[in-house]
Order: sequence, then C-alpha cells, then structure tokens
Amino acid sequence: MIALVVVGASSGAHKASKAPKAFKTLVFGTASDPVVLDGALVSDGESLRVIDQIFESLIKLKPGTTKVAPGLATSWKTAGGGKVWTFALRKGVKFHDGTKFNAAAVCYNFNRWYNFKGAFQSPDATYYWQAIFLGFHNNESSDLSPSLFKGCKAKGQYSAQFTLAKPFGPFIPALSLTNFAIASPTALKKYGADKAEIRNGIFTPTGTYGFKHPTGTGPFKFKSWTVGEKLEIDRFAGYWGTKAKLGKVIFRPISNNTARLQALQTGEIMGYDLVAPQDYGAIKGNSKLKLLTRPAFNVAYVTLHQGTGSPMNDLKVRQAVAYGLNRTGLINSSAYPPGAVVAKEFQPPQLFGYAKKGVKTYNFDPAKARTLLNSSSCHVPCKVDFWYPSAVSRPYMPDPKRNFEVFKASLEASGFDVTAHTANWRPDYVGKVTNGTAGDLNLIGWTGDYGDPDNFLGVFFGTFSEQFNFHNNQIFNILQKARTETDQAKRVKLYEQANKIIMNYLPAVPYAHTSPALGFKKTVNGYKPSPVSLEPFALVSIGGV
Amino acid sequence: MLRFVVRRLLLLAPIVLGLSILVFLWIRALPGGPAEALLGERATQARIADVRHRYGLDKPLPVQYWAYLRTTLSGDLGQSIASRRSVTSEIAQRFPATIELALAAMIFAIGIGLPLGFLAAKWYGSWFDHLSLVGSLLGISIPIFFLAVILKYVFSVKLGLLPSIGQISVLIDLKHPTNFYLLDAVIEWDWSAFWDVLKHLILPAIALGSIPLAIVMRITRAAVLDVQNEDYVRTARAKGLSPLVVDSRHVLRNAMLPISTIIGLQTGLLLSGAVLTETVFQYPGIGSWITNAIFNRDYPVIQGGILFLAVVFVLVNLLVDISYAILNPRIRYGR
Repeated sequence: MIALVVVGASSGAHKASKAPKAFKTLVFGTASDPVVLDGALVSDGESLRVIDQIFESLIKLKPGTTKVAPGLATSWKTAGGGKVWTFALRKGVKFHDGTKFNAAAVCYNFNRWYNFKGAFQSPDATYYWQAIFLGFHNNESSDLSPSLFKGCKAKGQYSAQFTLAKPFGPFIPALSLTNFAIASPTALKKYGADKAEIRNGIFTPTGTYGFKHPTGTGPFKFKSWTVGEKLEIDRFAGYWGTKAKLGKVIFRPISNNTARLQALQTGEIMGYDLVAPQDYGAIKGNSKLKLLTRPAFNVAYVTLHQGTGSPMNDLKVRQAVAYGLNRTGLINSSAYPPGAVVAKEFQPPQLFGYAKKGVKTYNFDPAKARTLLNSSSCHVPCKVDFWYPSAVSRPYMPDPKRNFEVFKASLEASGFDVTAHTANWRPDYVGKVTNGTAGDLNLIGWTGDYGDPDNFLGVFFGTFSEQFNFHNNQIFNILQKARTETDQAKRVKLYEQANKIIMNYLPAVPYAHTSPALGFKKTVNGYKPSPVSLEPFALVSIGGV
Repeated sequence: MLRFVVRRLLLLAPIVLGLSILVFLWIRALPGGPAEALLGERATQARIADVRHRYGLDKPLPVQYWAYLRTTLSGDLGQSIASRRSVTSEIAQRFPATIELALAAMIFAIGIGLPLGFLAAKWYGSWFDHLSLVGSLLGISIPIFFLAVILKYVFSVKLGLLPSIGQISVLIDLKHPTNFYLLDAVIEWDWSAFWDVLKHLILPAIALGSIPLAIVMRITRAAVLDVQNEDYVRTARAKGLSPLVVDSRHVLRNAMLPISTIIGLQTGLLLSGAVLTETVFQYPGIGSWITNAIFNRDYPVIQGGILFLAVVFVLVNLLVDISYAILNPRIRYGR
C-alpha cells in the first residue's frame, strides 16, 4: 500500500525547475538559519557564512589561506609607533543600494561600533568587537576594558585614518574578520540597524536591517529569507571585482547531520559543511560526490596545571607527561578522522610564527618518562588527577572519553597512577578548566578566529591564567611584545621564539590539529576551503559554467 | 453542557500553571544555562557572570518565575536565543506546518484504517481479518522513528522518488499568506507548488499516520463487530434492506461514536507529538523546532514551545469530550 502511494506520487521530486537560465543556482545545506545579517552582532558560523558573501572588509584573506590581502582597502601604512593606521580605499565601489563606498562610509561603520550603547554592549551582542577592541567609547559596565580603538577620520574621499590607544600587532589580520565588514550607512540608518533591546533577557535587534535589508559591497546581494526554509542571495551585477559565476545561492537550513548527508545524496542540496567523520566513507564511496577538507585551524591539548602541591610544578614531571602521552597512537586510531595530525606546537602549522625547526618534540617513550619521573619530585607511581569532559564532541576532540582512555593507558605504562574525573562540558567542565580546578591534567582545545598567532598563543599564554597557573615572564613578555609589534618580520620571529620556549617549558601538551570536511556534488567547482571558514561562493561554478 | 465546558476551561488554568512551573524548573535543572547558551563556545566565567547579572539570571528562582509568569500571561512567550525572534511569532509560522502534517497523517490513517477495519469485521475470522490484525499489530509496534528512517532511506535516498527533507523545494518561490503551504499554493493558484508540497507531505504523513492507522483499524473492527450483532441491525436485515444500506445507515453510523473519539484523541496526539517524524524529515513544524532548541539549549523556545503544545493537547482533549457529548446524547455531563 505504501509503495503504491509513493510510486503514484513520484515524478522526480527534487529537480531544479526554476533556476535562472544564464547563471546557475547553488543550494548549500547549513546547520541552522543565521541569527541576523549584521556582522557586528553575530559570532556564529552560519550567520558569518552568509554575511561574508554580501559584505566585504577592508582586508581580506587569500582564498584557502590566512594570508592577508587587499579588500576594500588597497594599501595601508602605520605611523605613530603603531597607533595610527591609514588605509587607501578602493575607488569605484558601490553598495548594493547604489550608494558610494568611500572613507566616510568606512568611518561611519567603525564609529558606529565604537559608540555602541546599552544592549549593544552586552557580550552576547558584540562578541568580536569586544574580543579585538575590548571596549567602547563609553563603557557602561565595569567588566569592559578601555577601548583599543579610539576613532576613525576620513582624510579625503578615499583615505581613512584609524587611531588606536596602543600598538596592536594583530590589527590587520583582525580586520579581515567578517564582523568588521563595511555596510551601507544609508541602509543602516534607513532600516534601523541601531535599534535593539534586551527582550526577556535576549539581545534582540528590532529594526529590519539585519533581517530584510543587509546591504554591503560583496559579489552577492541579499534577496529573501524565509526562516526555517531558505535564504537566497543573488549575483550582484555591479560588483567592482570579478563577478560571481553563480546566479544565485540558496542556503537551506537542515539541522540534522544525517539529513544533510541524505539531502546531498538525493540532490536536494549540492554541498554542506561540517560533515560528520562517520559520513566520510559514504561521500568518498559515492561517484557523484566529493569530500573537501578545510586546513586545520584548531588545537587540542592537555593542560598541565601547576597548582599548589601539584606534581606539575616540576618540569621533569611535565616532560614525563609529554613523553608518556601516546599522541601518535591516538591520532592514527579511528578516534580521529582522516586529515588529523599530531600537534607539535600550540598553533596550526600554516599560520606564520610556526617554528619549523628547533622545537623540542616529545615522541611517545614510556621508558624515558619513567626515568624522568624517578629523577623528579614525583616518583613512580606518580599520582595525577586527570579530567575529561563527558557527553560532548568538539572538532578537535571528537570523543573525549576515548582520548582520555588512550592517554590514561599510555601514562600508566609510563609510571603515572591516573585518577579519572569527568563533568558535563557546560558549565561545569569548562568552568573548572578555566578556573584551574580540573585536576593536574585535563583535556581541552581551541578553534581560531582569525589568522594571527596571537589568537592562539596570546589567548593561552599571553598573561597569567588560572587555567595553567604558571608565571613565566619570558613567555609573557615575548607574547606581549609580539602583540604590540607592528613589523611583520619581527612578529614572525617573536612567535617562532615563543613556540620554542613554550614547548621547552611545557605549560601544556598539544596533541591534535583536525581538518573539518565539506561534502559536495562533483559538479560543483571552485570551492576553496578556508582555515577560518571564509569561503567566497563567488568563485564557485557548477558543471564548468 | 455549558457548565461542563466552563468547568473544563476553568480546570485548564491550574493545569497550565502547574505545567509552567514544571517546565520552568526542568529547564533550570538542565546542565548549562541560558548565559552559556547565549555566549556560546568562547564564554569566559566573567562574561557568563556579566550576562547572568544583566538578564536577572542570578536572582532567586521565585523572582525569576514571577517575571516569567508575568510575561507569559501577557501572551509573550519570550525570545529565541538562536533566532532572536519572538517565540510567539515562530509558533505562528511553524504550527500551521504541524497542523498540515497531522491532518495529512490522519487522512492517511482514516482513509486506510477505516475501510480495513470495516472489512476485517465483515469478514471476521477470515485470512483477511487475521492479516489485518497482524498488520495493525506491526503498525503499533514499529517505532515511528524507525519507520521514518526506513521510508526515507528507501523512497528518497535509494529510489529517489520523493523528497527527503523539508516542506517545499527551495527552487520554488511560494508566498505564504497563511503558512498552510497547501492552502497558500491554492490561494496563489500555483499547482506545481501544490504538487511539490504534497510530495513533501507523503513520507512524513505515512510515518506519522502508521500508529493512528493501526488504532483506527482495530477500533473500527471492534465497533463494527459490536454493532452488527445488535437487534436493530438484525431487524433492518430482516426488513429486506440491502446490505449496503444496512452497513452504511445502521452499522457504520452507530460504530462511528468510538471511532470518532479515537480519531479526535489521535489528532490531538499528532498535533503535539510529531517530534520524531519532523526531525527525521526536517519538517519545519513545532516538533523539529523544539528538538533543535533542546540541542541548542534555546531555553525560551523549549519553555514556550512545550507550554504551547501542552495547552494545545488539553484543548484538543476538551474538544473531543465536547464532541463526544454532542454525538452521544445519552451522556449527561455535569449531573
């Protein structure tokens, strides 16, 4: 009976029927709808993916890398010891509403963010502004630090001058963030982008700008958004650069991973992000599909907490842990998807500042670990408390319990007596790790936001933190110097030096970088996976068109 | 009758109040919290504390509940953390999809279950009767989730006959004046869209309708068996009425009372319980929305959505009771 009903109704259920003739349509499966299409107000990947196609920043990244390149700014120079930055802006650029892109528009955007008030100063509203520039013109909370950004002035039509409170080395890479993309001031004002309130405890934009009228300079312009069904962007024929090869991109929210895979198999979507490792085989084994991997931009590590009375205060014990963790065995096991590599430093290898040589490595060596322990303050069996999170999967740590079990076994073979502890990821586990109460050892990791080592090393070891609980002025000073240095060559050297010192000092042991994967129809060409997920759909074509 | 309805409506208040307390406490007993959900991965303890303070999440539970109750009573179910839209407007957008799916599933269940049950009773003890009983047992026993996965795998992924997800193909532009997509397609006079929406309904409706189908079939069979041995049916036959007239006017009409009750109850259940089917087929109704909210810790949606479904369930039950009273004049409520 069921078969009769189904067969009777079938007639090619999901064939494209209304695609534009000249340019093709790409249907891309997303994990959810965006929150709002205003880059300043979001931090989630699905919002940023769409915003990145409609808007552009002053700086962009070369596709597939974290190397900066001219975006809406064609060149830039610094003066005043790194406190003043002047950007030469691209001429002949128009916003999707037909208004002109110029220095006044750039400063309008930056000054808008700098002058955010009330609800906009909530950390959930402006996460990235606060992460990079710390505070606002008038901070309304004592938790906010003074702003690093001090103002933007138009110097003529196509030159914008920024003033910072102090030199900030990662300033240029940070400007490549989609959160700092330039929007049409006319549209921002017309559609109430600055209207928002805290409604029932949730930051809620109340204007229509971010839902119906996002207006940038990008190769695609916003067309429509039906929440839960689809979001459409159309090719912008007036784009200043190489125009999009596609006529339209439709983002279709499909929250379930298996449903996304099946939709790719049936042809209801042509690509999707964050393929589950268990689905790699299904995509690779299908002659019509292909798997693309994104360069690794994360790190999984074991914290070695140097708390009062902890054996981790002794460098020899920390070295013994490093030799006692079977990192290669874990990464080569089925616990990690293909493409994962053993981490040797605390930043991804393709990021500048990665020390290619001269870094101490720690291959699994139980005998050496035991020898080190017996010459340390914690003889065999050295008792350690080891924490891992339960009921969670992170891109850099798909199965924490499995990681823990592999490490426990290898540490016990290396002379440690491991006591297991676990807690739920949020809020207990992460809270315990960050406030330094998750034992001597714990499993944790990080995914980077933008292409600068400060976003890795600076976050972990730039200053004292309860998580690691160590004071090493040599490390702190180098990382602070690298943070304020504006000469790129000098920064590279400082981070290389920092990586070497850190791997000697061992405040933690890095063990994995993983590469998230995307699934596509084989007919989709030109999609270049980016380590920071900034992938221009303008380069994509279907079937060679 | 009026007294009965009023009494039932008054009973609704303590039920909803009790439910609101349960849901409120349950949400707060879950690991994690709204502040963590709002800030996501990168939350530091200081930021979490800041957000908790800003949004009053550090206040005592009774104070928080009172604030929640006040806004809820004013018809405001809060804002979704994920979409920043009001829960009420999301319900208004998604509930029509759930109703459409529930109705399609019931049409499937009644359209097949009723004739099957009737014929099984007519041919009582035959191979057809036995086969129907086994079939209905299977219908009740197979978990909906499993059936949905199998249907989708076979008819969408393997055979490519029907869509695997959603309510309408993304390449079709259909305006949504009512959010009932079939109705919208009719209003827009877009028959290709109508056909497309219908195709998206088939597999979820079959999966969701499988249990009601089995129940309707069994109840119909039992009711018809019961009625066809009544004196008045024997009299009708003795009068020489044709079997068709006897069956339609005397047997089926009288058997409809328990059948219509069960149909009402099942519809109420489907309206409030299409969670699994909607999730498997990514059908954008209330069920999949709440499931996502649970995974994303979208507390206002979980809170508002569950409360809304509970009220729907209670109201549908009330309607069933009222219709029962209307259909069966022998029942005297409130006496």
